[in-house]
Amino acid sequence: MKYVNEYRDAQLVRGVIEEIRRTVTRPWTLMEICGGQTHAIVRHGIDQLLPSEIELVHGPGCPVCVTPLELIDKALAIAACPDVIFCSYGDMLRVPGSGRDLFSVKAQGGNVRVVYSPLDAVKLAQENPDKQVVFFAIGFETTAPPNVMSVLQAQRLGLTNYSILVSHVRVPPAIKAILGSPSNRVQGFLLAGHVNAVMGYWEYPELAEQFKVPMVVTGFEPLDIVQGILKTVQLLEAGKVEVANAYSRAVTFDGNKPAQQTIQKVFMECDRKWRGIGTIPMSGWCLRLEFDAFNAEKRFDVEAIKAEESPLCIAGQILQGLKKPHNCPAFGTVCTPENPLGATMVSSEGACAAYYRYGRVNLEIHSSPQSR
Amino acid sequence: MSEETVNMEGAVCAPPLHHTDQIVMGHGAGGRMSHQLIQKAFLPAFQNPALQAGDDAALVDPGLRQQLSISTDSHVVWPLFFPGGDIGRLAVCGTVNDVAMLGAKPLYLTAGFILEEGLEMSTLQRVVASMQSAAQEAGVQIVAGDTKVVQKGKADGLYITTAGVGIVRPNVNIGGAQAKPGDVVILSGSIGDHGIAVLGARGELGFQSSIQSDVAPLNHLIEAMLNASENIHVLRDPTRGGLATTLNEIATQSNIGIQLDEKTIPVRPEVSAACEMLGFDPLYIANEGKLICFVPREDAENVLKAMRAMKYGEEALIIGEVTAEPQGRVLLKTALGSKRVVDMLAGEMLPRIC
Repeated sequence: MKYVNEYRDAQLVRGVIEEIRRTVTRPWTLMEICGGQTHAIVRHGIDQLLPSEIELVHGPGCPVCVTPLELIDKALAIAACPDVIFCSYGDMLRVPGSGRDLFSVKAQGGNVRVVYSPLDAVKLAQENPDKQVVFFAIGFETTAPPNVMSVLQAQRLGLTNYSILVSHVRVPPAIKAILGSPSNRVQGFLLAGHVNAVMGYWEYPELAEQFKVPMVVTGFEPLDIVQGILKTVQLLEAGKVEVANAYSRAVTFDGNKPAQQTIQKVFMECDRKWRGIGTIPMSGWCLRLEFDAFNAEKRFDVEAIKAEESPLCIAGQILQGLKKPHNCPAFGTVCTPENPLGATMVSSEGACAAYYRYGRVNLEIHSSPQSR
Repeated sequence: MSEETVNMEGAVCAPPLHHTDQIVMGHGAGGRMSHQLIQKAFLPAFQNPALQAGDDAALVDPGLRQQLSISTDSHVVWPLFFPGGDIGRLAVCGTVNDVAMLGAKPLYLTAGFILEEGLEMSTLQRVVASMQSAAQEAGVQIVAGDTKVVQKGKADGLYITTAGVGIVRPNVNIGGAQAKPGDVVILSGSIGDHGIAVLGARGELGFQSSIQSDVAPLNHLIEAMLNASENIHVLRDPTRGGLATTLNEIATQSNIGIQLDEKTIPVRPEVSAACEMLGFDPLYIANEGKLICFVPREDAENVLKAMRAMKYGEEALIIGEVTAEPQGRVLLKTALGSKRVVDMLAGEMLPRIC
């Protein structure tokens, strides 16, 4: 496939890994912030090819994983209402709320649809004027532009039956929370290139400076990832604290200004609870008050729904890079993709699911299930 | 708000519903949830050796000169017509292929129709004509049938269940439990075409695509393969759940390991591009006109040559081999040279968020 295969070229990737090997002189712990990168790393086995000095820990950049229980309960309550068409990205259907998930709501007669874009949900609202259409607007900065566009589009069309349930999170406050934690051991960051494609990387130099940690804007194909790692290692070895761009084919310093302005028009910053981590101040986006008419939480009176998470899995520590999936006693035994105990096992971008699916630990521990 | 609210040591998630008390879509996706459903709901009730073999068709010996291969398959595909095929062709090919995968010559099919009130007669006629055309191509006859009509809204236009029977060729011993170390894994052509073609026809791709379903009867291809080698151990069509799920089934049934080479697995560029955009892995996408074959390495050349001479086997190639360990596991050598496990599809295949 043109423009993708070039970035999966084994020889080029190996060449960069060789350069990393020549550059590294001591152990370094790097975090890839984005779940999409975690998956690419494990799917292509990139971590197996790196010199042993480099440890990659996996960040909280999976929007499905960090969507708080409370909000999922609200989604379930709305989706179960009669005359509602509840639209979601597919990943969210299996994430458990308190006692059930969107699949079960669907099985019990709820009208739950998987859509690929919120604009499809707007179209559904146009086609079904007698139904309330709700889109589950989750995601990092990457999915914010289409989500806010859907609200503006609905406004333009004069739709009164479209609303969004917002659970937007932002990367910089998460990085700040991770680096500010006393248990932090991350020494360098691979930034989420697709977030930066929208937002640029002007928000990061201040963070890098405050915590003395270099950061490198990194893409998602194997060659992008190893180049991001190489650049981070070069900065660490040279003792330099800066924010570099190893994904210049998609990212500029300023990012996509019209997209940022559109986001600002519809969303404002707010505190947000992250599943497994807790509330991170000003880490989310929510609808501005003038867009209240499109706020599903208000339209459906679910604001009172509260839910506390129970400490049954170590997803929170995994999402912060403190633990690896196989450090969890439940991993691969009682917690599997069919019976996930935590969101990190549910989402295709979750670290646990990546480890399970691509067998990082299965290879070592569960190599012969029949013979055990 | 203060920073103290951030609990960086905290940890947590609530356990979800395990979907053991009601049917959800994942139970029909052909992956592990489907297997669990069979294990829990069907096997204990119907237990008998033919069923417990766990193949897509049952091998039965009614005391005639030859054994019979029997299978059944229900079809609920939507839309009814898609590029490269339709529900009628699918209903015939699905059962013909399942019957043939035990090394049998499929002979007769039955067809049960569930029709929704209001279905256009012309639609039904098109489907029936397509079934006849597929049956003719496969060389089978549809010899019995049944029709039921349900009220508007109780079905989605038209569902078809077919059953088929075939005579197993003498001196073959083919089944999912027969794979052995030293076998190679042959794949008859590119993967993922059917699943992506149907998604495209549903308008779910969000872009135009030229991908055609591969739905086809494979019994003539199988006959040619059996003529080329008497030592074929396994034949199976990687339908729902895709190549990954089918290979995992065989690894488990045969207590062997399978090593695949990622570079060799053929995926059409259009399919690959659609998968990249939607966050799907072609290894898990359904095929309806492909087969995999396990055969000792020394017979592989003969089998490949025979396959490549046939319409539905022109692109046949070796994609991997059988190892003694790790039992029940499928490993993939990535294009970069690292190794990873290829697991079975869990529940329903869900597109990624971004």
